[in-house]
Amino acid sequence: MRVSIDEDGCVGAGQCVLAAPDVFDQRDEDGIVVLLDKEPGEHLHEATREAALLCPALVIHLAE
Amino acid sequence: MSDINRVVVVGASAAGLTTAETLRREGFDGLVTLIGDELHLPYDRPPLSKQVLLGTWEPERTSFRDDATYQRLEIGLRLGVAATGVDTGARTVALSTGDRVPYDRLVIATGVRPAELRAGHELAGVHVMRTLDDALALQAGLARATSVVVVGAGFLGSEAAAAARTLGKDVALVDMAPVPMSRQFGDELGGWIGDLHRDNGVDVRTGVGVARLLGEGAVTGVELADGSVLAADVVLVAIGSVPATDWLVGSGIPLDDGVLCDDMCEAVPGVYAAGDVARWHHRRFGVRMRVEHRMNATEQAMAVAKNILGEPKPFTPVPYFWTDQFDARIQAYGMFPPDAKMTVAQGDPADRKLVAHYHHEGALVGVLGWNMPRELRAARALLLED
Ligand SMILES: Cc1cc2nc3c(=O)[nH]c(=O)nc-3n(C[C@H](O)[C@H](O)[C@H](O)COP(=O)(O)OP(=O)(O)OC[C@H]3O[C@@H](n4cnc5c(N)ncnc54)[C@H](O)[C@@H]3O)c2cc1C
Ligand code: SF4
Repeated sequence: MRVSIDEDGCVGAGQCVLAAPDVFDQRDEDGIVVLLDKEPGEHLHEATREAALLCPALVIHLAE
Repeated sequence: MSDINRVVVVGASAAGLTTAETLRREGFDGLVTLIGDELHLPYDRPPLSKQVLLGTWEPERTSFRDDATYQRLEIGLRLGVAATGVDTGARTVALSTGDRVPYDRLVIATGVRPAELRAGHELAGVHVMRTLDDALALQAGLARATSVVVVGAGFLGSEAAAAARTLGKDVALVDMAPVPMSRQFGDELGGWIGDLHRDNGVDVRTGVGVARLLGEGAVTGVELADGSVLAADVVLVAIGSVPATDWLVGSGIPLDDGVLCDDMCEAVPGVYAAGDVARWHHRRFGVRMRVEHRMNATEQAMAVAKNILGEPKPFTPVPYFWTDQFDARIQAYGMFPPDAKMTVAQGDPADRKLVAHYHHEGALVGVLGWNMPRELRAARALLLED
């Protein structure tokens, strides 16, 4: 699984961090998403998919 | 799951689309039909009053998915078609085309429609903002306008006022309430939002209602209840919204300011609701609530899809909301009852950076962050402790 994000559209909701804290973080200043792990391991796939679906701006893209 | 072959979703927007996608993600391989009365492919609304109005995003960018995705997921999209009724006995939905579509499970995700002024709404230059077409019409109006009056200082009106001001227009923001967004977050916090607007040059006229709109054919101004007159070539009416349930009247589906649902978001057997239109019983808070926020549309739709397919679970989210106005990003988790007590827990309103706590009947019920996203996320954990 490869994860990519479109920082421009991110609204800093932080739902991704709540769903998959090992894969996503947020910048301190504005809350914009930071991708910690571009190719998360098997055990993180479910949480990463959840994050992609939850993100209200739909800016998390997965290639599986 | 074996008795479910056909799921029909009415309302092709955030909640409707998420329902359809979650059904597929959870392995449902029956028919999924998504019916929507707008002609555009499903798109996202929050950018309309922000990036689209400001012109920093092309309208197409708000689209959720491209055509190919609907085909790949085998979601039967019927756009430009309105549902006009439901027969819960025969389990069919009637459409504006005259068709009847049978369902085993029905999901109502028709959202809300903007409330209108009692008089003057028909004048040219008077706008509402709910759809992409609304936003484009407003944008075109703004391009020609010098003065703009926004009626209603809730989140939508406040955001639009900020966008219009950023575009260099003379902007007045009018509301009967004493400060902007007081119904959402109380008078003290709303006061700081009012200051933010004033510092950016918005003429904030709160504590006074609109008497009437002036103009013949096209609007030229707004007369306030105190007799003062504001010039306007564009008026945006943002005075709230009403659930889009007119098509359900007489169907036997319980309606009361939205579609009334149980803890699992089910209204009558086989019929569910999600998103802005759904009023459900939140078991953990012990209240019936309806939430007009973007995050809820996604979360509730996911919950409905899972409840349709598997062991039903009560839907008990911590509501989340955000708004962008000028340089302020305000985010909030939880509930903000009118009589809650607000305290600043971190930061300082003078710096326009703070985390506020809202207490109600002795318990922490809501946390709000103003340009402090990380601290707010930590504060959210406090809400879940109780
Ligand atoms: C301009 C704007 C800015 C916003 N900004 C924010 C924000 O910053 N933060 C936030 O948290 N929330 C925001 N929101 C709220 C958020 O967009 C909504 O909560 C969300 O769109 C709800 O999704 P929904 O799918 O339930 O309803 P909707 O998005 O309203 O979709 C319902 C759909 O159903 C269609 N429909 C209605 N009746 C019928 C029928 N009989 N037959 C067929 N189709 C029908 C409608 O035309 C519509 O397409 C904003 C809303 C607007 C309008
Ligand atoms: S959930 Fe989406 S919008 Fe929110 S911080 Fe993560 S990427 Fe950004």
